[in-house]
Amino acid sequence: MDATAISISGLVKTFGPTRALDGLDLSVRTGEVHGFLGPNGAGKTTTIRTLLGLLRADAGTATLLGGDPWQDAVALHRRLAYVPGDVTLWPNLSGGEVIDLLGRLRGGLNKQRRDALLELFDLDPRKKARTYSKGNRQKVALIAALASEVELLLLDEPTAGLDPLMEAAFREVIREELKSQRTVLLSSHILAEVEALCERVSIIRAGRMVESGTLAELRHLTRTSIQAELVRPPDGLTGLAGVHDLVLDGTRVHLQVDTPRLDEVMRHLSAAGLRSLASQPPTLEELFLRHYQAEQVATPAGDGRATQEGARR
Amino acid sequence: MSGFAGTGRLFRLALRRDRIVASAWILGLFVYAYSQAASIIALYPTQADLDRLARTAEGVGANPAVVALQGPAYDASTYGGATAWQVVTPWVFLLGLMSLLLMTRHTRQEEETGRAELVSAGVVGRYAWLAAALLYVLAVNVVLAVLTVAAFIATGLPAAESTALVVDCALGGLVFAGVAAITAQLTEFARPANEMAFAVLGAVFLLRAIGDSSTELSWLSWLSPIGWAERFQPFAGERLWVLLLPVALLAVLLVAAAALLVRRDVGAGALPTRLGPAEAPPWLGSPLALAWRLQRGTLLGWTIGSAVAGLSFGAIAQDMVQVAEQDPETAKMLASLGGSGSITDIYLAAVLSWLGMLAAGYAVQATLRLHSEETELRAEQVLATAVSRIRWAGSHLLVVAVGSAVVLATGGLVAGLAHGLRAGDLGGELPRVLGGALVQLPAVWVMAAVGAALFGLLPRLVVGVTWAVLAVVLFVTMFGEPLRFSRWLLDLSPFAHLPKLPAAAFTATPLAWLLATAAVLAAAGLAGFRRRDLASTA
Repeated sequence: MDATAISISGLVKTFGPTRALDGLDLSVRTGEVHGFLGPNGAGKTTTIRTLLGLLRADAGTATLLGGDPWQDAVALHRRLAYVPGDVTLWPNLSGGEVIDLLGRLRGGLNKQRRDALLELFDLDPRKKARTYSKGNRQKVALIAALASEVELLLLDEPTAGLDPLMEAAFREVIREELKSQRTVLLSSHILAEVEALCERVSIIRAGRMVESGTLAELRHLTRTSIQAELVRPPDGLTGLAGVHDLVLDGTRVHLQVDTPRLDEVMRHLSAAGLRSLASQPPTLEELFLRHYQAEQVATPAGDGRATQEGARR
Repeated sequence: MSGFAGTGRLFRLALRRDRIVASAWILGLFVYAYSQAASIIALYPTQADLDRLARTAEGVGANPAVVALQGPAYDASTYGGATAWQVVTPWVFLLGLMSLLLMTRHTRQEEETGRAELVSAGVVGRYAWLAAALLYVLAVNVVLAVLTVAAFIATGLPAAESTALVVDCALGGLVFAGVAAITAQLTEFARPANEMAFAVLGAVFLLRAIGDSSTELSWLSWLSPIGWAERFQPFAGERLWVLLLPVALLAVLLVAAAALLVRRDVGAGALPTRLGPAEAPPWLGSPLALAWRLQRGTLLGWTIGSAVAGLSFGAIAQDMVQVAEQDPETAKMLASLGGSGSITDIYLAAVLSWLGMLAAGYAVQATLRLHSEETELRAEQVLATAVSRIRWAGSHLLVVAVGSAVVLATGGLVAGLAHGLRAGDLGGELPRVLGGALVQLPAVWVMAAVGAALFGLLPRLVVGVTWAVLAVVLFVTMFGEPLRFSRWLLDLSPFAHLPKLPAAAFTATPLAWLLATAAVLAAAGLAGFRRRDLASTA
């Protein structure tokens, strides 16, 4: 088995004048749960649809399970399962019929696992698809995917319509997937979900990869917030590398520091004598927000919107 | 009367929402009625013509198949009476169809989509949706009635009787607004509500078809609102009291609907939702099986339509000889349709070509299923499994190809049976008529292949362009000869190249060309589809 399940480099996909993917790079290792994050319209769905051979890339290369997503689509699809972000079903088929049908078209379904998943997700398979809510339609697609014996799962915001209880059930199942050495590409908006499930994450913005690595590495990229009350005013904090948003008010200090520089800053602070100290650990949320918001600041409003619409098509 | 609060607003909302839908219904039904009145005058210019029509259409001499489809003629010796005979039965059926569809659209469909819930949270009474929908259907009927009466008067029919005829028909149709008001309370979804109301409409039509065409069972027609509209005897000594029947029934239906309405929750149906199977049947495991599962309802509908058309065509074929003997004008018209056989054969060849065009309608609609599956993102899920694009699209096209043959064979078989039995030569006529129907198949396949080619190559325009191509082909085929279109224009229609069986000899060459054309178009469509992006806008 290849060490890399998904490998994308320089992928470009344009829809008319908009570039939904603009030289995207992405690498997913075999056997990992990889979080795929980005604001709406960043190109997550376009990436997944290109990996499925539903869209044809304009430039760049993509390799999926050692094959070409466009040329080898059918052979590759036997080895993967896909859950779209917006699941539409055939209104007069029952949920159970859809699960069996999709499983069979994929090349087989584990009956026991199907029944266990139906129970876990509390889904009545006899209801006609037209009577299902968004969450229940998502469950149908999830069960069909998870009950298939495949190597790779491509999940596009799979919990968007699920209630918290079902989200928990979903996490439980994905943790099991980890044990069985399946690879999962999980596009998501829910940070808690990503933190709980993924070893590595990639953040995409406007069709480009902006950050990729393990959660620990990414935490490293975040800043720790520090509030301190000192004995005497500190020396040398102003202009120190890695210090941001410094507010000095006599002996009171408020600052943000890049996590790798934390030690140096602490030495400066303790040299001035510490009376009290409060620090907030780095959160991924902060990192994500920085990237998400950066888009609005960095790109002109009209341009950014066009990219989002383009990517959603 | 707080139960009706907001009715006026909802009524105006319905008008605003349905500007186009309502206009299309009104226009279509108006043209239907007006064209019948106008064509009677054109076809029977003198009183002698009308008297001849009356002799063949009235009483025991009437063709029972015609009576079953069109109702009895009470007095065909006047323009009004003949128009009433042509209009009433089919028109009440169509008015009923319109009334029930519009009623469901503005009651159950609004609830199904959740829009009603949003609106009902405001100052809206419990009965307001039902009342507004009824008012709206009434308004559409009134507009249609006024237009139609004016058109009848313009053709020279007397005003009072024209009004009586139109009111009679409208009341018959409105009964089905009442039927839909009830079915809308029963199910959670608009589609089954409509299906139940269709079933009632079909049963009501069938009851009077049996009653009208037999003597012992004629009382059955009195159980049918369509039968009532006939028995009102418009333009043949109107029996005003008959109008009380639809009014009373409508009132009962509406009271019952209101009673059901207050006993259920918003969004729920009075009947429990039917559950489907928990597991797929073993056969449902291939793209072809899925295509069949999705397409079989459409095929059934068109097959029934084809059978009805075949029955009405086949049943009167034998009468064409008589018509031709009595009426040299009609004979000349028939002869101009082409072919060289007997008048009956020429007639059969013409109507079997119409059957072919009906099958083309099915083929186009069924082919366009590819497009709706794709744009509604269901194809995406199938194509993300181990199913190639060619196999997925090919499965649907295979169903269309076989389905077209089924539609044609059914229509041909029924027409052949009806004609063979009346002609007293079932063994001889049935294969000839069936052959004349099946020979249409290559032209039908060409129409489906046009849809497939556009689906692959011009996916954004496929729906509009494919229907437009079909409309042009139908127009050229039906009116091209009488309007003296130039040859090349006539040859654009694939139907123009078919041998006119059973009036002409069979020739294989044009059929081979048509099959080759269909194959090339379908292959081009599949090749285009394999190369392009899948649509991703819903």
